[in-house]
Amino acid sequence: MDTKDDTVFKALADSSRRQLLDRLYEKNGQTLRELCERMDMTRQAVTKHLRLLEAGNLVVTVWRGREKLHYLNPVPINEIADRWIAKYDRTHVQALDLLKKALEDNDNG
Amino acid sequence: MDKPNFVYVTYIQTTAEKLWKALITPEFQRQYWFDIAFETDWRVGSNFVALSTDGTRGISGKVLEFDPPHRMSYTFIPKQAPKGSEHDTGSRVVMQLETLGAQVKLTVTHDHFAPGSTLIDSISQGWPAVLSGLKSLLETGKALEISGPCASKK
Repeated sequence: MDTKDDTVFKALADSSRRQLLDRLYEKNGQTLRELCERMDMTRQAVTKHLRLLEAGNLVVTVWRGREKLHYLNPVPINEIADRWIAKYDRTHVQALDLLKKALEDNDNG
Repeated sequence: MDKPNFVYVTYIQTTAEKLWKALITPEFQRQYWFDIAFETDWRVGSNFVALSTDGTRGISGKVLEFDPPHRMSYTFIPKQAPKGSEHDTGSRVVMQLETLGAQVKLTVTHDHFAPGSTLIDSISQGWPAVLSGLKSLLETGKALEISGPCASKK
């Protein structure tokens, strides 16, 4: 069974889907029609990609009257960043710190 | 009908009551909200001011709705109001909680920004960090767990 992270990584693992996220970053709250206008894809393909992005909670939708608006939801990306990147980033910083100490000790010795 | 500027959603493994408590209790709030907590009685119409532990004033606003543990909304006035917006009544934040099985769907909508508001950039950086910190706090007990890769087992 897919974990939550898997759904997010899967949703991100496609350039068309990342492009859709970029479009929403530029202008949040677009309709399907607006999103299709600037994509070199069929309406069906955009719909399919949006469904996967929604499954990964990277896009959330809100109804305004009869219009369905799509919003970029970067919260899952932030969760992954906290879980994966911050962790390794710190290791990185510590490694540099140790290196710096070692070099400074050498200078003094 | 106005179109929201931002809509954020996070699913948290918790109950609506616990999540609600984390949203309004200063000791919890400080752990995921950049060390600030709202000082208020949470009555509709009451003002609030967000204070950090050293007493620094952050955002402020007015409670618009308070329906535990389902929905709350408040106006959101930045610490330093952008030039020309001194009489701005502030943008609006709405928090909606919905229980879905063993988790709660938290939807945060932020709208009613003044035209050309300079707040929008910092808002779009802030909310994802606050919400993932909140999720982490409720699910693991720590707001931002950054553990070493080889943490030894006891």
